[in-house]
Amino acid sequence: MTKLSVNRKQYEVDDDLDTPLLWVIRDSIGLTGTKYGCGVAQCGSCTIHVDGHAKRSCVTPMKAAVGKEITTIEGVSPDSTHALQKAWIAADVPQCGYCQSGQIMSAAILLKENKRPTDADIDSAMSGIICRCGTYPRIREAIKQAAINGGGK
Amino acid sequence: MTPKTELDRRSFLKATLLTGGALLIGTNLPFTSRAEERFGIEAEPAAEFHPNAFIKIAPDGKVTVVVGQAEMGQGVLTSLPMIVADELEVDWKDVTFEHGPPGAAFINPALGGQITGGSASIRGLFDPLRKAAAATREMLVTAAAQQWSVPVEQLRVRNGEVFHPTSRRTAKYGTLLAAASKVTPPTAPKLKDAKDFKFIGKNVKRLDTPEKVNGSGIFGMDIKVPGMLTATIMRSPVIGGKVKTFDDSAAKAVKGVRHVVQLESGIAIVADNYWSAKKGRDALNVVWDEGKMASVSSDKLYQADVAAAATAKGIEAKKIGDIAAGKAKAAKTIESVYWAPFLAHATMEPMNATADVKADRCEVWSGIQAQMVVQQMVAKELSMPPEKVTVNNTLLGGGFGRRLGEYVIDAVKLSKSVGKPVKVVWTREDDMHGDFYRPSAYNKMSAGIDAAGKPVFWQHRIVSPSIMATLGPGLFGFAPPPDRLDDTSTEGASNLPYDMQNLYVDWVRTDPGVPVGFWRSVGSSHTAFSTECFLDELAFEAKKDPLAFRLSLLEKHPRHAGVLKLAAEKAGWYKPAPKGIFRGIAVHESFASYVAQVAEVSVDKKTGKVKVHRIVCAIDCGQVVNPDTVAAQMESCIIFGLTAAFYGEITVKNGRIEQRNFYDYKMLRMNETPKIETYIVPSTEKHGGVGEPGTPPTAPAVVNAIFAATGKRVRSLPIKPADLREVA
Ligand code: FES
Ligand code: FES
Repeated sequence: MTKLSVNRKQYEVDDDLDTPLLWVIRDSIGLTGTKYGCGVAQCGSCTIHVDGHAKRSCVTPMKAAVGKEITTIEGVSPDSTHALQKAWIAADVPQCGYCQSGQIMSAAILLKENKRPTDADIDSAMSGIICRCGTYPRIREAIKQAAINGGGK
Repeated sequence: MTPKTELDRRSFLKATLLTGGALLIGTNLPFTSRAEERFGIEAEPAAEFHPNAFIKIAPDGKVTVVVGQAEMGQGVLTSLPMIVADELEVDWKDVTFEHGPPGAAFINPALGGQITGGSASIRGLFDPLRKAAAATREMLVTAAAQQWSVPVEQLRVRNGEVFHPTSRRTAKYGTLLAAASKVTPPTAPKLKDAKDFKFIGKNVKRLDTPEKVNGSGIFGMDIKVPGMLTATIMRSPVIGGKVKTFDDSAAKAVKGVRHVVQLESGIAIVADNYWSAKKGRDALNVVWDEGKMASVSSDKLYQADVAAAATAKGIEAKKIGDIAAGKAKAAKTIESVYWAPFLAHATMEPMNATADVKADRCEVWSGIQAQMVVQQMVAKELSMPPEKVTVNNTLLGGGFGRRLGEYVIDAVKLSKSVGKPVKVVWTREDDMHGDFYRPSAYNKMSAGIDAAGKPVFWQHRIVSPSIMATLGPGLFGFAPPPDRLDDTSTEGASNLPYDMQNLYVDWVRTDPGVPVGFWRSVGSSHTAFSTECFLDELAFEAKKDPLAFRLSLLEKHPRHAGVLKLAAEKAGWYKPAPKGIFRGIAVHESFASYVAQVAEVSVDKKTGKVKVHRIVCAIDCGQVVNPDTVAAQMESCIIFGLTAAFYGEITVKNGRIEQRNFYDYKMLRMNETPKIETYIVPSTEKHGGVGEPGTPPTAPAVVNAIFAATGKRVRSLPIKPADLREVA
């Protein structure tokens, strides 16, 4: 059994230590907001935070997160009130929605490190996250709006 | 087909009072199917009441619109409820949606099937839903009139209540449900005047956004059923290959692996969870009987297309005038070949499905664009009546024509075989290899202009595989005969809008053995590229401005001309572009909508790398329900079109699809995304689609801009920077 802390809750799982966090989180812990898109660190759908750093959970073995704090989309705010979530709703960003957990988790790190990102900053932080539905223009706008609303806090 | 008027009158609407006091309204409207329209096949007339759509009003006044269409990002869970809210006169905050079950209940009258596709949700359902909501409103008013003993004409409605101005009495809808259920439904309810619309035509926030920003939205991939196992399937690397022998001893030794099952499609590893199934699969040893496709490669297929274009007998798609006579008048003739490759859908969520098969019934969960087809497929597989099959549709992590549902069958077979619920998960690589690809299209084109630069003939031969031959049998229950036109191959080319005295478009059907299917905007995804680029070539030969040349040939097509002018004006077509930036333009009609785009690009002389700076898009989609959704769909369509233009190419080598994952089947990313501006032509015309028509003009607009920038004509997609380098 391995102890993990996800969204400030303690879990015990019996997956092998080298199982990617993505599948531990989705299948063993049961939080399905984190998505599988490619499995090879190409799309960013599976982005989570480990001790405040963005990680691609599909290629991060569980053992790398033992003793650390994992945050998933479900833990970003208790009630969808994170500045990014509010900005996402205001700009009607999602289409199919499948990539959006990864987008928001990546944007959260960007805003934590950069209170007023420029277009170029946003491009370089977000270009790793594929959106097949093409919501990029709205993601850009929503990040700027969230920054204005103090999303980097 | 014969209009079913008698039946309509009897059964247009049915009101039922549910236990708990809610009122359920079902509507029924006649439909024609694509099969009937296209191939003259008679459908069985509907014998009984089959409501097309449901509206539920609860005693607390909450209105639920049961949406049978699949939500795949296009906003249907919001746009259909908007239509109802407007006619019913209720507060938007009181309106919600529910996913509908499969069934004749949700047949889209525009498609003749419960299919979400063809950009047809609003086109097919706007009128029926409006009428149903208006009839419901009238029944509520009649109920109030009876209670208060006042004439109906004296009553008004507002925000979910009926009121009587003279006596100042009001009654909330929720208090009138039982009485309203006894009122005979009106056959011709009075519809609101368009100028009084509160929601239709206004920007309304999507109802499905909240669940998509906090991880709570449930996609097929997220389904959990008690006792469920998860499977991955090792399929033949060669298209159509079969298992010869396999050794599963190592696979079975993997922790969590429960069963190994041989299916027609390959070897399934059924395990406690995905990772165990994946590890088990990696440990499998399979010897394949590769079959006849093992000798097929892209270059051979291309050579076969070249040969077919030169010698095969084509099937006529459109003929105007006489090509020979036109040729005689030509002062200058040009000939070009345009090529568009196979493309994958690459939805963000790979295919998956969950099934729970019991002795006498079956339940499935998946994201599906054609629920009813799936219900029938599953019923047939299990030899059960369809009503024993429950299909639960989830959110779709992208559809684009891919999610018709055939992937459900493996889950059904596995659940039956192991006696437990089973979820089948496709890896990204499975998804890339197991697609129904956008057909390749080889286009042999020739045209002539007279001394004044006016086109005198236009000849276009399209060589491509048939989508309907691949999908028709499963989807519509028939395959087009080999000598009949499959117009999904020629749409957009056979209805070329430009004034041509002499025109001939024909199609040569090929069968490369690569499965093909509907891909966002279908035939138009390649015909817009070939026709709009070739027309640009003609404009150049005629020494005319590409916009002016187009407009001069569009006198009979004001809606094409309208979007062209709007896009050109907003892009500043006749003003000089910033230094180093060049413009191209294209227009295309599909799914009853007209879209023009101006692309602004620059090309790096050394590397040939193209940067798209801005795309200005103008759309005329008739009456608009939610303008912000239209804008979002144009952004989505354009980015989809750019991905195809710059990266999209599926190739075959020795029968194997060569691309595997996003590293070799690339997607446009945020840093490559241009500024996109969308302008909507105000219109009261009938609705056009918006989920697809924005994609076709993108590639030609960009390619035409590249020509303006470099003088080089891209005639084969995807665009290759190496071809655009300026040789030093
Ligand atoms: S699933 Fe992890 S990066 Fe794509
Ligand atoms: S919203 Fe569909 S992939 Fe991003």
